[in-house]
Amino acid sequence: MDRIPILKLRDLLLVTIQVDMHDRLALQLQDELTTRISETGARGVLIDISSLDIVDSFIGRMISNIAAMARVLDAETVVVGMRPAVAITLVELGLTLPGVRTALNVDKGMALLEHTSPARVDQPEADARSQD
Amino acid sequence: MPVLKTDALELRSGSDVVSVRQAVRTWAIEAGFTLVDQTKIVTAASELARNTIDYGGGGIARLELLSEGSRRGLRVAFEDQGPGIPDIQQALADHFTTGNGLGLGLGGAKRLVNEFDISSRVGEGTRVVITRWR
Repeated sequence: MDRIPILKLRDLLLVTIQVDMHDRLALQLQDELTTRISETGARGVLIDISSLDIVDSFIGRMISNIAAMARVLDAETVVVGMRPAVAITLVELGLTLPGVRTALNVDKGMALLEHTSPARVDQPEADARSQD
Repeated sequence: MPVLKTDALELRSGSDVVSVRQAVRTWAIEAGFTLVDQTKIVTAASELARNTIDYGGGGIARLELLSEGSRRGLRVAFEDQGPGIPDIQQALADHFTTGNGLGLGLGGAKRLVNEFDISSRVGEGTRVVITRWR
């Protein structure tokens, strides 16, 4: 498959990177994700990298760029699920992912995003309301 | 030093970087590396493979599985016939970049391996060799 799916969860976008990303796919993800943020008005982006067995400077730069672009579009980015061996290697490589927040897993990442936008009020779906 | 096996992979496009990563991972497992050591050499190989394509105009990655006494090693050489590097010390410094990268490629890769050797001639090409031992 040559596409990374972007899922919408309430006002968050969830991206699970499961393939060994080559450069073109990484750039395509950047484009699609910024478009989706703009279309959906998402307030947060969760990037799950638990399937990635390495993060090199190219992927690191892509993640930093996504976080920077998302911030300009009024959305926060949290990277979740980094493997311990990847974290060790990333630090030795000298990559610090400036401006990117991390959480251990998707649950904690969602909690972090909810916590950082306290002014936001969840709007229930219209059809859910009509069932009351 | 006995060489247990060798292979050569072409580096032309981004998908070749993925192939090199997968080959290095397989050989690192075969050499008995820990998960962290596997991750380090695969990451270093990924950086250097991309350099070969982006700055060297493509080239070749040569893998060698080494044996020295009871220890096993993995050596990967990245060769190109590109423009070469005029100032290697500068190129090895963190945050030095001529492209659009973070400038961590060469210096970062050096920190992830046990042995690092680079030779380059302007107008002829560059050869970077990394080795990691179990």
